[in-house]
Amino acid sequence: MAGNTSEKWQGGLLGWIDARFPLSSMWYDHLARYYAPKNFNFWYYFGSLALLVLVLQIITGIWLTMNYKPDAALAFNSVEYIMRDVNWGWLIRYMHSTGASFFFIVVYLHMFRGLIYGSFKKPRELIWIFGMIIYVCLMAEAFMGYLLPWGQMSYWGAQVIISLFGAIPGIGDALALWIRGDFVIADATLNRFFAFHVIAVPIVLLALVVLHILALHEVGSNNPDGVDIKKNKDENGIPLDGIPFHPYYTVKDIVGVAVFLIVFCSVVFFMPEMGGWFLERDNFIPADPLKTPEHIVPLWYFTPFYAILRAVPDKFLGVVAMGGAIFVLFLLPWLDRSPVKSIRYRGTVYKVAVAIFVVSFIALGYLGTQPATPVMTNFARLFSLLYFGFFAALLIIPSFEKTKPVPDRVTS
Amino acid sequence: MKKQLFVLLLALAPAWVFAAGPGIHLDKANIDPTNTQSLQRGARLFVNYCLSCHSASLMRYERMGKDLGISEELVSENLMFTGGKVGELMTVATAPADAKEWFGTVPPDLTVIARSRGADWLYTYLRSFYRDDSRNVGVNNLAFPDVGMPHVMWELQGWQEPIITTVKDHDGKEIKVVDLELVEPGLMTEKEFDRAIRDLVNFLDYMGEPAKHDRRALGVKVLMFLFVFLVLAYLLKREYWKDVH
Repeated sequence: MAGNTSEKWQGGLLGWIDARFPLSSMWYDHLARYYAPKNFNFWYYFGSLALLVLVLQIITGIWLTMNYKPDAALAFNSVEYIMRDVNWGWLIRYMHSTGASFFFIVVYLHMFRGLIYGSFKKPRELIWIFGMIIYVCLMAEAFMGYLLPWGQMSYWGAQVIISLFGAIPGIGDALALWIRGDFVIADATLNRFFAFHVIAVPIVLLALVVLHILALHEVGSNNPDGVDIKKNKDENGIPLDGIPFHPYYTVKDIVGVAVFLIVFCSVVFFMPEMGGWFLERDNFIPADPLKTPEHIVPLWYFTPFYAILRAVPDKFLGVVAMGGAIFVLFLLPWLDRSPVKSIRYRGTVYKVAVAIFVVSFIALGYLGTQPATPVMTNFARLFSLLYFGFFAALLIIPSFEKTKPVPDRVTS
Repeated sequence: MKKQLFVLLLALAPAWVFAAGPGIHLDKANIDPTNTQSLQRGARLFVNYCLSCHSASLMRYERMGKDLGISEELVSENLMFTGGKVGELMTVATAPADAKEWFGTVPPDLTVIARSRGADWLYTYLRSFYRDDSRNVGVNNLAFPDVGMPHVMWELQGWQEPIITTVKDHDGKEIKVVDLELVEPGLMTEKEFDRAIRDLVNFLDYMGEPAKHDRRALGVKVLMFLFVFLVLAYLLKREYWKDVH
């Protein structure tokens, strides 16, 4: 039936375009005849939701840029101008600030899905790598965007994070100076962060998202059973367990979008500050280079890595550990060599390891928000060891793990 | 030097405590943002007592009048002491350099003060001034020790003096507890003054985010739409997925 449709479309405007640009074939390759496994579950909503949040951030960002002033003397007031004098400015601003936090929520859940169903394993290593680069870009994007409101927490948070580069032996101080463009965070820093936040990083992000999706569509989607659906095809070469992404997953993802928007709008309209987690109280005080706030805390989505940084007594090694905690995720496809992809058919030892990893990550996130008292620091050390220990365990678990037989076809 | 700064920052870095100032018990402000009369009284107090030194330079008189149900004529007659147009921002005539000389620091802009301090802190702070002859302005404050601001509303509240008692905490350590006692009554009773401060804090809270009321009102409509949309989206999905087995 789909074949007939494409023949009918030979003439007319579409035919004219198709003779010059692969419009129809792109539509078929990526949507109407992209066969996705039929057994996607809850965890598979977050890819499309991440795309939705990216679009929301870009659109609200464009409108914010129309009234925001990237100038140390004007930035703080221009944000309040948007909140008061610009029509719907408060809505656009809250959508953008809430969107930043939701981006990380969605991306962390998306990454967790990849972890438990082995979606990073052969032949999907590059999808994982592209995704990890997206994650790192997202952190840079969020960090630089957070300087722009030019509040106290913007200022001092950036000061702390950029001083981390100063811990690198030899070139550290020069590097931190080069990044800031001044001896302290100043107008020059704000201007360059603005340029990166609104132009450079978004372009790279968009390009990476295209690469991420192209790589996915080249090899096909994994699924909660970790079964390769391309092994069982019908006479037309269509996977027996596959269904066209459009319309099946487009209509299904719309349900996910509706649920997501209900949660998202509840925050935007009723608790945009989220008790100080999404918009911090100190950020309603204009940046003051002479007055250090009592408590400087990074945004919640950086706190697991911040806890690891503080857990190491030596500052340079702390920076190395923090960087390592992110870098080790890149290596996941080569650390976990078990032939069984999905957690459903893996042994108890693997399931326990994943549970410990999740608890450690959340615990580190909590500890990163707390004062570094001796007790808290010892807990941070314990959970840092467990965090890294998980990746070490992945190397040896397959050698003695009792896996369950993986079915030929997906289960429903 | 950069490395020292780094170490310093790491040392300062901990903690996620929003309470401003160390350990003072905050009284609940219990403001009611829907009470227009309270907001109007708060606005009157604000322009009479605060606006001569503090600016609210991100807020317009016109917007305040519109949101609080005060006509433009009334705003310019009763709430604008320096003339000017109602569309103007609530700036202050005092030059920053003079203010610095008089108070030791430039009085902060109050437009978004409620968003950084919180209503409870403001409510506690504004009621916690006490006589302290060791300070050059003759007053001190429990919530904000060694504050530069004089007790502007002394006429209304009267004067408080501290009573210091020593109690033992559960570890047996002696701690000082400071309480305030009204020694010289003002024009208002304690209850009236608390209400006046509640009105003022209500206004400050409104000024911190004038769109708050619109935001909540719109949010209800948006969520109602989204719930209907969710039902329709689910029915559509169910219809399409009938033939997937």
